[in-house]
Amino acid sequence: MGFLVAQFLSGLAHASSLFLVAAGLSIIFGVTRIVNFAHGSFYMLGAFVAYSLADRLSGALGFWGAVAGAAVFAGLLGVAVEVLLLRRLYRSPELFQLLATFGLVLVVQDLALAIWGPEDLLGPRAPGLEGIVRILGRPFPQYDLLLIALGPAVLGLLWLLFHRTRWGILVRAATEDREMTGALGVKQTRLFTSVLFLGTALAGLAGALQVPREAANLQMDINIVVEAFVVVVIGGMGSVAGAFLASLLIGQLQAFGILIFPQVTLVLVFLVMALVLVVRPYGLLGRPQAVPRAGHAPETPIAPASQGARIAWAAALAVLLALPLAVGDYALVVLTEVFVLALFASSLHFAMGPGGMVSFGHAAYFGLGAYGAGLLMKHLGAGMVPGLIAAPLAAGLGALVFGWFCVRLSGVYLAMLTLAFAQIVWSVAFQWYSVTGGDNGILGVWPAAWAAPKWAFYYLSLVLAGGGIYLLRRVIFSPFGYALRAGRDSPLRSDAIGIPVKRHQWAAFTLSGAAAGLAGGLYAYSKGSVFPNLISISTSVDALVMVLLGGVQTLTGPIVGAAVFHGLETEMVRHTDYWRLLLGVAIIAMVLVFPQGVVGALERLRPRRPGQAREEAVAR
Amino acid sequence: MTVSRRMVLGSSVAAVLAVGLAGQALAADPVRIGEINSYTGLPAFTIPYRNGWELAVEEINAKGGVLGGRKIVVVSRDDNGKPDDAVRIANELVTAEKVHLLAGTFFSHIGLAVSDFAKQNKTLFIAAEPLTDAITWEKGNRYTFRLRPSNYMQAAMLVEEAAKLPAKRWATVAPNYEYGQSAVAVFKELLKAKRPDVEFVTEQWPAQGKIDAGSTAQALAAGNPDAIFNVTFGPDLSKFVREGTLRGLFEGKPVVSLLTGEPEYLDPLKGEAPEGWIVTGYPWDQIDTAEHKAFLAAYQKKFNDYPRLGSIVGYVTMKTAAAALERAGSTDAEKLVDAMQGLKVDTPLGAITYRGSDHQATLGAYVGKIAVKGGRGVMTDWRYADGAAYLPPDEVVAKRRPQ
Repeated sequence: MGFLVAQFLSGLAHASSLFLVAAGLSIIFGVTRIVNFAHGSFYMLGAFVAYSLADRLSGALGFWGAVAGAAVFAGLLGVAVEVLLLRRLYRSPELFQLLATFGLVLVVQDLALAIWGPEDLLGPRAPGLEGIVRILGRPFPQYDLLLIALGPAVLGLLWLLFHRTRWGILVRAATEDREMTGALGVKQTRLFTSVLFLGTALAGLAGALQVPREAANLQMDINIVVEAFVVVVIGGMGSVAGAFLASLLIGQLQAFGILIFPQVTLVLVFLVMALVLVVRPYGLLGRPQAVPRAGHAPETPIAPASQGARIAWAAALAVLLALPLAVGDYALVVLTEVFVLALFASSLHFAMGPGGMVSFGHAAYFGLGAYGAGLLMKHLGAGMVPGLIAAPLAAGLGALVFGWFCVRLSGVYLAMLTLAFAQIVWSVAFQWYSVTGGDNGILGVWPAAWAAPKWAFYYLSLVLAGGGIYLLRRVIFSPFGYALRAGRDSPLRSDAIGIPVKRHQWAAFTLSGAAAGLAGGLYAYSKGSVFPNLISISTSVDALVMVLLGGVQTLTGPIVGAAVFHGLETEMVRHTDYWRLLLGVAIIAMVLVFPQGVVGALERLRPRRPGQAREEAVAR
Repeated sequence: MTVSRRMVLGSSVAAVLAVGLAGQALAADPVRIGEINSYTGLPAFTIPYRNGWELAVEEINAKGGVLGGRKIVVVSRDDNGKPDDAVRIANELVTAEKVHLLAGTFFSHIGLAVSDFAKQNKTLFIAAEPLTDAITWEKGNRYTFRLRPSNYMQAAMLVEEAAKLPAKRWATVAPNYEYGQSAVAVFKELLKAKRPDVEFVTEQWPAQGKIDAGSTAQALAAGNPDAIFNVTFGPDLSKFVREGTLRGLFEGKPVVSLLTGEPEYLDPLKGEAPEGWIVTGYPWDQIDTAEHKAFLAAYQKKFNDYPRLGSIVGYVTMKTAAAALERAGSTDAEKLVDAMQGLKVDTPLGAITYRGSDHQATLGAYVGKIAVKGGRGVMTDWRYADGAAYLPPDEVVAKRRPQ
């Protein structure tokens, strides 16, 4: 009995820590609609700053002063980020701010390494709370009791803030209807800045409060941010009470889950999220998202390539075909990867752009393709050609199954469900040793002898990836593609004229998955091995970054985005130790210079079609 | 030393002249070594490692290089913690940078990816740090050799100590991936062989980097074990030690712990290092042999810092490459691989051999107990466990390697 109580209390302490991070994220998203990928970075900085302050100050006042100082520091940093960066992006396409925060994550990682060094930093314990109390005979840390109390206390304070102050009421109004709040004369910029302060300060506080429990380390940002998103989504985006409930749920499931099935730690939170979203599409306490009336510029309808564009494409293709004569093997290796990633990004773009379904877990299909080829080789000794046929089939099948669930949701919830499925696929690949080889992966997935020379595989990738991209493009301009776009832009009207919107989305999701699978298969043969990291969140994020960087509202965007992102990364790694810093700065700079994506910005420079301005005016 | 543009220009002019003037110019071409590691992913381990190999390269070149006066040049790259990036970099190093051999890697899966690349491209690969047994056994190949004592070897060293304990009921806690799983599997197998009376009563598998330490510690205590085998490391370890100590988990229970005595993992714990734990590690400040003293002095002089275990690994990796080059008398990959078989290398920890049967070096580890002295963790009662004594005999490993 005492043991179960202790376990329950441990679960509560864990829940409180999670809640502090998640609450900040939820508040930020609720008001600004920013998917703040850098939330974990504020958490990590909170821990590091608290460590440094506590190291210099002394005594009880010093420690708690350090905690408060760290929270304020994180909050002020959040303000700076809002004013200097995010504020400029509110009119960008949806999710574009995610790109900026991704750049921020990279910058913070390298800065933290430069400032605090590589070693883990174990801070002091909380003065006065170093010891234990006995609860039903079981030892339990005093500090954890404090954390347990802190969760509900912060929840209560937030409730008071949101319900009893004018500021809170305005924030709630903005959460409900941003445009109307603005129309009534509430200054949005100031509101957004203060919300960013509150949200990031909570993240910094949560990080600072971890100092007595764990060493400040450079992996804290990535380790917390995904879990925080999961908590926010389970609770319902924008709902603080929901985040609290979800933290409790996750904390307790974690505490008791490991007693019954210790191996479940990898995937537990994602299983819970998938289940919750299937049953309750808007999380436990969430409500359907209000559709922003003028949140971002209306999309210009995409047009088939003009004569000039066709000539440019043909010229580019000719250059690519002739290139193996001129450049060395390594350049061919990198270009082969660019082709594969361009197909991968295009497949994601197909779901995101024309399909209107953002995926945070597109790596699942990339990975299923790679594993489809790899497993066929490992267990049946199949060669490259059957492997490359199996890759899109395996991924398409996966997308067919997962898509059935996903298309029932929309917006960020849909995106998070794709992430949950991707994590479930990842954990299967990671843990099912006898079949997938676990994290030691599958080796020896090399191309057939005829495709083994670098130039041969280069042409093979050019043909298959180029063919895949061309096919996706053709589909967009087919009747199916028009129906798909209609369903995205106006589900009700499409429904009224007899387009089965969900079924179109489901088919598009499956096709997108199959294309990603082909990319994954090609990637596997270009690397000679398949590992679970192909399915990891960072692979999904990379794809998302490529699409957003190129411009989600264009068809060439993902191709350009893949080339720019991959080219930058591979070159910077060759020349500097601080490549993350430079890549992050480059991304932030591009975000500021091209707030519509690179291709999106270039298209704005082009002379406009006659009548286009009027169409846009009508669309507005 | 800063390299100015003029110096580069000057040396290239000199190089051109040398090629033009002398027939033996080839002998002055440097030997190029490609090096790959997770510098951004795991800086706490890989930066001391890089210091180690930089020191070795400096020493080798100061003595006139290898193969009759050819200097060693290392082209080093960060793999971003991803096996697919590592393979691209290996491609770059071999095709664009024209390196003669590859070395490095920390994570097991990255080591395996590069070892398969080495096999495919017929290039020598000296896997410095990955611990997985697969790299020398189930997935072993002709072109890959591994330096650090493997998972199996380190677990076997600890089993020797664990078997001496009276404990019969054991609990295990290990990160939830191949490294943790194979360490626990080997530990269980070898301990049961020595002590048929032991039983394993509870096991915990926290996700790497995300341990819920309080719950995990309590769950372990609930199994009421006599002793604990720990494989967690890094931030998880410090969390586990704090929460476990607070909850009295370790009171009266011996803990046997993999790698915890290595400065990389021990030092962040500072005064809270868990006293009495039986660990493998590297007591750098207490090793009295002449070869280690020389290494320590040179290292401290160059970097004004003390070496971590990674420094030893990096240092010996490049010493291995130099020894292999000398023995082969050539930069030809096949000759280098032949030279690696049974190659003897002098290291700060004593002489080691790369076994011909499974390409594993016989580098050992230090086994001892943790104590706290002067506000930091140190190893006491330690001994050097020679790796050769903990490896299965040649005929056994031959069966585990692909033919």
